[in-house]
Amino acid sequence: MIETTAASMSEPPMIQIVDLVKRFGPFTAVDGVGFSVFRGEVLGFLGPNGAGKSTTMKMAAGFLTPTAGRVAIAGHDVEAAPLEAKRALGYLPEGAPAYGDMTTRSFLEFLGRVRQLDKATARRRFDQVVTEIALEGVLDQPIDTLSKGFKRRVGLAGAILHDPPCLILDEPTDGLDPNQKHEVRNLIRRMAPSKAIVVSTHILEEVEAVCSRAVIIDRGRVVADGTPQDLMAHSPFHNAVRLSLLNAVPDLASRLADVAGVARVFVPEGGRPGRDFLVLPRHAGATILEGVAMRLRQTGIAIETMTVDSGRLDDVFRNLTTSDAARETRAPQNRTAETRP
Amino acid sequence: MKSTLTIARRELAGYFATPLAYVFIIVYLFLTGIFTFYVGNFFARGEADLVPFFTFHPWLYLFLIPAIAMRLWAEERKAGTIELLLTLPVPLWAAILGKFLAAWAFTAIALVLTAPMWITVNYLGAPDNGVILAGYIGSFLMAGAYLAVGSCVSAMTRNQVVAFVLTVVVLFLFTASGAPMVLDAFSGWAPQAIVDTVASFSFLTHFDGLVTGVIEVKDIVFFASLIVAALAANAIVIDMKKAS
Repeated sequence: MIETTAASMSEPPMIQIVDLVKRFGPFTAVDGVGFSVFRGEVLGFLGPNGAGKSTTMKMAAGFLTPTAGRVAIAGHDVEAAPLEAKRALGYLPEGAPAYGDMTTRSFLEFLGRVRQLDKATARRRFDQVVTEIALEGVLDQPIDTLSKGFKRRVGLAGAILHDPPCLILDEPTDGLDPNQKHEVRNLIRRMAPSKAIVVSTHILEEVEAVCSRAVIIDRGRVVADGTPQDLMAHSPFHNAVRLSLLNAVPDLASRLADVAGVARVFVPEGGRPGRDFLVLPRHAGATILEGVAMRLRQTGIAIETMTVDSGRLDDVFRNLTTSDAARETRAPQNRTAETRP
Repeated sequence: MKSTLTIARRELAGYFATPLAYVFIIVYLFLTGIFTFYVGNFFARGEADLVPFFTFHPWLYLFLIPAIAMRLWAEERKAGTIELLLTLPVPLWAAILGKFLAAWAFTAIALVLTAPMWITVNYLGAPDNGVILAGYIGSFLMAGAYLAVGSCVSAMTRNQVVAFVLTVVVLFLFTASGAPMVLDAFSGWAPQAIVDTVASFSFLTHFDGLVTGVIEVKDIVFFASLIVAALAANAIVIDMKKAS
């Protein structure tokens, strides 16, 4: 994050999306989405199915024309200077489409030629990408005959072949097995320092694993924008204290009731009654660890383990994308948060 | 221009990656043979020319060309590769032209494979090879015009069957607009100028001249401008779909 802020001070955003709106007839799919991505950032783009993630990305890549708003890729307006913008962008469309009758090799060579890489660069990048994404085994197989995971990786290889400064990847790990997911996340992490990357996903652990920032959209609007840690701070479990006691203390709840900031003490799902407890803070994020620890020491309760919960992204996600109240109160808040320089 | 050729090469290879290319060529050669020798009475006419061969091309193309053109954009839409193609740093016209040129090159290959017909007529008699060349040029140009219309229609849908049927209908109107049954529908009430205009849109009118060896500028201009207009309409269709 420190690098990110440093970059944002000195450089203009590599991907800039401003008040993007897309209407399909009477239906508004994207309703004023805006965010900027700087070099060195990996932005996780989240939202429930149908929230407008793919539509936003299609507009950013220049495949759909926005009803209103604008997108700039590496400083080039996608509508006014489409070729320059597209040259600076690597885009993996939803479902990773590729020409099924071509082999992996001929597909990547085709992309290299269309993108007018010179022979030496094309050769070098081809070898690099094939090694990086482990496509050696399927180079001469028609793409139609490949497994879902390999198809996705061929698509990804095509998106990064020209080593673009900006990447927009629509669900790059969908359909991959856990090992392949891990590989792709490592790849994204390796590329991150030199690029601005947007990754859409609905796997929340992925956001924690690779993203330096997360934007959550719901019904076409941004409902949250911040680091994964920021978002997790909104979780009711943020800074909750998880306790395991050596000996059963059934009345722990009453003993901790008057500790400053403690809202509730209960046995978590699957916990042993009387021994495992979850202590929730009254205000999301309030620090209660110290008070709880002191009280336990004072009353002579022996502790087996004691950890502070950092919160769960999926709770935050559910809160933000399902309750109408959250949508009403959060959206304007984030409007102001978005308007960073 | 370079990217146009790259796209054209990929597209042409795509034809031969499926049985479509081979099926098409076999059916095409088979049908031209039947029309020339049986329906066209090639031998009974006792004349050393390829008029019976070329005469049926407009009607043959009416069904065969839509079969080549239907996949051009409908398949890209269906497979989602249109999203890949249109987000490459290639101008839209270059992508359209590349795909069109590939389809046109494919019909050229089919046309070249009818060379045995030309060899036969030269073996049997002494035809005017200039007239035959004019016929080939006319047939090739007409195929281009049919293809451009088919490409445009193909961009409207993701369903190849719909693309095929619509293209046949549109091409039928173009082909038959010089036929009496269409002109009669106009001549009753419309001024002669309109009837002439309708007739002038017919592929038949413009093709007949070329088959008899008369290469007239207006016929070439007709086919060329039809190709340009249909491909421009193709671009508009794709742009409209982007914005809708």
